[in-house]
Amino acid sequence: MQAFLDDWGLTLLTFLPLLGALLVIAIPKADEQMQKAVALLSTLATAVMAVLLLVWFNLDNAGSLQFVIDLSWIDVINSRYIMGIDGISLPLILLTVLVVPLCVIYSFKHFPEPRNPKAFLALLLILETGMIGTFVAQDLILFFVFFEVVLLPMYFMIGVWGGENRRYAAIKFFLYTLFGSALMLLSFLALFFLADGTLAGLAEANTFDMRALSGGATTAIARTSQIWIFAGMFLGFGVKVPIFPFHTWLPDAHTEAPTVGSVILAAVLLKLGTYGFVRVALPILPEAAAAWAPVIGLLAVIGIIYGALGCLAQKDMKRLIAFSSVAHMGFVMLGIATMTDFGINAAVFGMVAHGLITGMLFFLAGSVKDRYHTLDMSRLGGLLVQAPKMGWILGFCAMASLGLPGLAGFWGEFPAILASYNPAGILSEAVFRTYMVIAAVGTVLAAGYLLWMLQKAAFGTPREEFADSPDVKDASKHEFWAWVPMLVLIVVLGFYPRLIHEASDPAVVESLVVNVGDDVYDCLEIEDGTDCFEDLRAESAEKSNGGG
Amino acid sequence: MFAAEATEGIFQASGWFLENAWLVPAFPALSFLVILFFGKRFPKGGSEVGIAAVAMSFVFAVATGIQWISQVNSAGDDAAVDAVSSTWTWWVNGGIEFNIGTLVDGLAVVLIFVVTTVSLLVHVYSTDYVAGDSRYTHFFAFLSLFTAAMLFFVLSENTLQMIVGWELVGVCSFVLIGHWWEEKPNSDAALKAFLTNRVGDIGLLIGVAVLFFAADQTFSVLEINKMAISGEISHLALLVGACALTAAVISKSGQFFLHTWLPDAMAGPTPVSALIHAATMVVAGVYLIARLYGVFFEGFSIAGSSVNLLAIIGGLTTLVGASLAFVQRDIKKVLAYSTISQLGYMVLALGVGAWTAAIFHLFTHAFFKACLFLGSGSVSHAVHSFDMKSDMGGLRRWMPHTYKTFVIASVALAGIPPLAGFWSKDEILAGTGGWGLAGGTGGNGAYLVILIMGLATAALTAAYMTRCVYLTFFGEFRGHGTPHESGPRIIVPLWILAVLAIVAGWINLPKGFQLVPEGWTERFGHYVEPTADYFPSIAHAKPSWTLAVVSTLVALGGIAVAARYYFGRVRAESPMATEVGRGWTKRSRLASAGHTLLAKKYYLDHLYTGVIAGGVKGPIAKAAYKFNQEGIDKVVNAAGEKSVQAGHVVYDIIDQKVVDGIVNSSGVAPHLAGEEMRKMQTGKVQSYAGIVFVAAALLAIVFILVL
Repeated sequence: MQAFLDDWGLTLLTFLPLLGALLVIAIPKADEQMQKAVALLSTLATAVMAVLLLVWFNLDNAGSLQFVIDLSWIDVINSRYIMGIDGISLPLILLTVLVVPLCVIYSFKHFPEPRNPKAFLALLLILETGMIGTFVAQDLILFFVFFEVVLLPMYFMIGVWGGENRRYAAIKFFLYTLFGSALMLLSFLALFFLADGTLAGLAEANTFDMRALSGGATTAIARTSQIWIFAGMFLGFGVKVPIFPFHTWLPDAHTEAPTVGSVILAAVLLKLGTYGFVRVALPILPEAAAAWAPVIGLLAVIGIIYGALGCLAQKDMKRLIAFSSVAHMGFVMLGIATMTDFGINAAVFGMVAHGLITGMLFFLAGSVKDRYHTLDMSRLGGLLVQAPKMGWILGFCAMASLGLPGLAGFWGEFPAILASYNPAGILSEAVFRTYMVIAAVGTVLAAGYLLWMLQKAAFGTPREEFADSPDVKDASKHEFWAWVPMLVLIVVLGFYPRLIHEASDPAVVESLVVNVGDDVYDCLEIEDGTDCFEDLRAESAEKSNGGG
Repeated sequence: MFAAEATEGIFQASGWFLENAWLVPAFPALSFLVILFFGKRFPKGGSEVGIAAVAMSFVFAVATGIQWISQVNSAGDDAAVDAVSSTWTWWVNGGIEFNIGTLVDGLAVVLIFVVTTVSLLVHVYSTDYVAGDSRYTHFFAFLSLFTAAMLFFVLSENTLQMIVGWELVGVCSFVLIGHWWEEKPNSDAALKAFLTNRVGDIGLLIGVAVLFFAADQTFSVLEINKMAISGEISHLALLVGACALTAAVISKSGQFFLHTWLPDAMAGPTPVSALIHAATMVVAGVYLIARLYGVFFEGFSIAGSSVNLLAIIGGLTTLVGASLAFVQRDIKKVLAYSTISQLGYMVLALGVGAWTAAIFHLFTHAFFKACLFLGSGSVSHAVHSFDMKSDMGGLRRWMPHTYKTFVIASVALAGIPPLAGFWSKDEILAGTGGWGLAGGTGGNGAYLVILIMGLATAALTAAYMTRCVYLTFFGEFRGHGTPHESGPRIIVPLWILAVLAIVAGWINLPKGFQLVPEGWTERFGHYVEPTADYFPSIAHAKPSWTLAVVSTLVALGGIAVAARYYFGRVRAESPMATEVGRGWTKRSRLASAGHTLLAKKYYLDHLYTGVIAGGVKGPIAKAAYKFNQEGIDKVVNAAGEKSVQAGHVVYDIIDQKVVDGIVNSSGVAPHLAGEEMRKMQTGKVQSYAGIVFVAAALLAIVFILVL
């Protein structure tokens, strides 16, 4: 089994959904049952694959890549088919393979107009391949391809199955993200040309191999160039996260997207951005990251306060939840900006927690809309009376989202605040402690908008217009079973956060140091501004002189 | 037979209960789940599960207490007794493992005893009080969850765990205040409680973070205390940490100026008020200070100073709470402000270094205040209202048991010897060390101002309770229908609490109290005050007969003044009257202004709800959103629109006129210029726009970053 997983595990994991999509497309349009069955089975097969990988994953060695596949792919540009997972990607992959089947189950009874389940399910499956691929890719070009594969299905989902303003939202989403990606691609190319793979033990100097790039190859790049390269990646990932002020595509996309689209967008798609920071930007360019960290931290805390204020101004429940993502991703980015194991562990945890919690909130918003045909909070009320189960679940998720200890959200939020009290040695304590206080204030605002939403939607008595509405029923079986796994996980992770830390911690610790051969460079804790790569740079200069 | 032996073995293996204290919160936690998912299937709607679980907790709490006492006894008189902690790995970060676990010492034992006792009585009481409620099962589920969370909090081994417990009790409070959420005022009150506490929680999060790093990356309560006392943590860090945590205490324990949520929280069912908003949850802040006393003691330099943040806040709170209790019509609000005032005493005591007195007062207050709240619930059960002025009066005739227990608890609260409140309050006053009282912790002149504040409050307390008792139980009945005494499930808990309100003070009689043998004095302090190195060495005030007499006279004076007014003049006017027709406030403008200030609760609610919350929710949030839609988003949209325009320009002028013109005029491809081609071209506008958009958006970003 080990050998099979080593050779095929990640490839199968990535492409099983795509295979499912092809099958769904091949099924005649009339046979909806078959399409649904195939779609569900292929997502379940993917989930089984992920579980197998989890079982065979060596937790004692979670810091290093496992199940690595390294095959030649595009020789001309020395881009290779490299895949591998460590403790950072593992939780996110598990999140993905959990959420997608639940979305499939949920959509069985909730195909938005203009229905067409076949296309809808096929897009969902293609989306899954894109997301998983991004989390397993270890070659920048491969990473980029998967990163972009995600765009198109989501574009169609919003553009075809969305609300009234869907065309605007879809195009905005597509172009905005594409714009970020274009700059990111530029940065990847710059890395390819400027980095020196031989420093990391490769035969060739030019490489897209992320392992080599984070293993010392980038020390050959001058500091200023590094900072510019980082800027490109920052925009690419930052738009996706989204970081203030690049977030305006998000509320529109969420408001217009069909429920399942919103859930996937919130649960997994946004994480591609933060994952990019943790996996690509920071380990590959640690010095530039340290230079940018105060800016990232600042934008993060602005996002926390600003997103919360945006929420407070909303009348539409779904738009409110969308804005809350801006605030929550601010906490994740703040954790990343501290450049400490604490902060990044918090960020990884925050990604999973936000995925579960906000995903759930979007599910609920969708179901509320199905019943009341509106999400205008001034018209809602009394959900607890008419649909008690849904009302309670909404209350539970609001509590989870505001970072209640004992539920998953807390472990992304508080450790991020904690970490910013004591950022990496290379960063300014005063600056980050200021951020800490601002972020802590954000937790109050979060409680404010979530509880006001809860009060308006769930408390009180139903409005007259909906009091006798036959559409208003409690959670159906499909809804309930799509939600239960997420709810259970929110509690379990809240009480036993170690489930994620166990995997993520070693990988995070590993990602913060640069290993070149047997030498370990821990540059982030240097406070006096000396160049910790001095030896390496000298070596590289010598080489290039010798070669030139 | 075997079971009996096993039980005996457990008791003899001294420390089994101390080491397995996690079981105490485990019972109610389990019962929460059982009631939540299966409660409605039980014949009594799940309440029996809750009662059984809390009873088990109570038994375990008592057993834990017994083992702790025997541990202290076996250690000998002067030996230090270490706290018993048991831990498990909870989470991992940066290779460091963090624990979850229990920490049992005298302090924790007192709290688990108080929590389980009051909770058990409240459970029994509630089976009658909320009988017939549509959410009966749900109510008991959350009582269980609250009990579990509170026990989890007081048994916390580390500060992070304390945050978890702290917030969980807050959520239970939110849910139970909003129990009748159909009415908007109730859900408003619930939100207010939660959000106000959230404000203080900023301090909790920051304080815990500061102490975590100051203490070399540990959350352990014992370690932090030890390092604070031994001087390994800088004074600045301790001061900052203590100030931040004080913010949390201010909100949770209803201290001035974040106390405003507590009176509103009375919107919840009365048993909830008794359990959560009088006896247990609101003392969480006091407990936090007591638990991390090393930090506060060193951070605020409590020894050797004559004023500090805690003492001032506590002193102000006692006065503010007591003064506001005077103008309430609602009996529960009188008690709520009284609770604020008494919590002020506890914080004040901790501020002047009278640690044991503070915990002792926490202990006695829990019983008499729970008794008062449950009594007010019994009254409202009879008259269907909480309004003393319009719906009560003369109830002693119909409700003898409620009347007697209420009066006993009131006298205990007023601090008249030999009831419980007297002993604990007197110890606090003695602890200030003011007026040359010997042996206080403070420095020169000690905490004289604080002592005066405490004495003034003693007079006020006695007076407002006299008013409350008169309005409720004396004069003529002003409500509708015929009141009736409540049933046994309400009366029995009342009597148990009333008895405790009498005797609870006797377990810590001052040294030198000649009426009892020497060995009977200061038992509470002996078993509760930690002796190991995680507790600062505090000086102990010597009891003073003079002070005891003075404070008793002050309290009696308060009663006398109020009694002269109510039992004298008001009753003389009419048995139905609730005030004198042309009273003081109507004659004196100053008094009238004072009354308005009190009636408006010092305008703090207006400031918080109207100005601050209204401002953030209203103008500030709207402005931010406007900036989003018309500032940032306009740039994005403009970038999009401009690129579409640019696309049109490119298409209309360059492509159609110039390029196509050349093509057409050249006559090379005349057929292609037909309708087909135009369609194709038009379809491409979007992709043109897309490319140009990228460029334009790039510019937009530059603008945003530069501007």
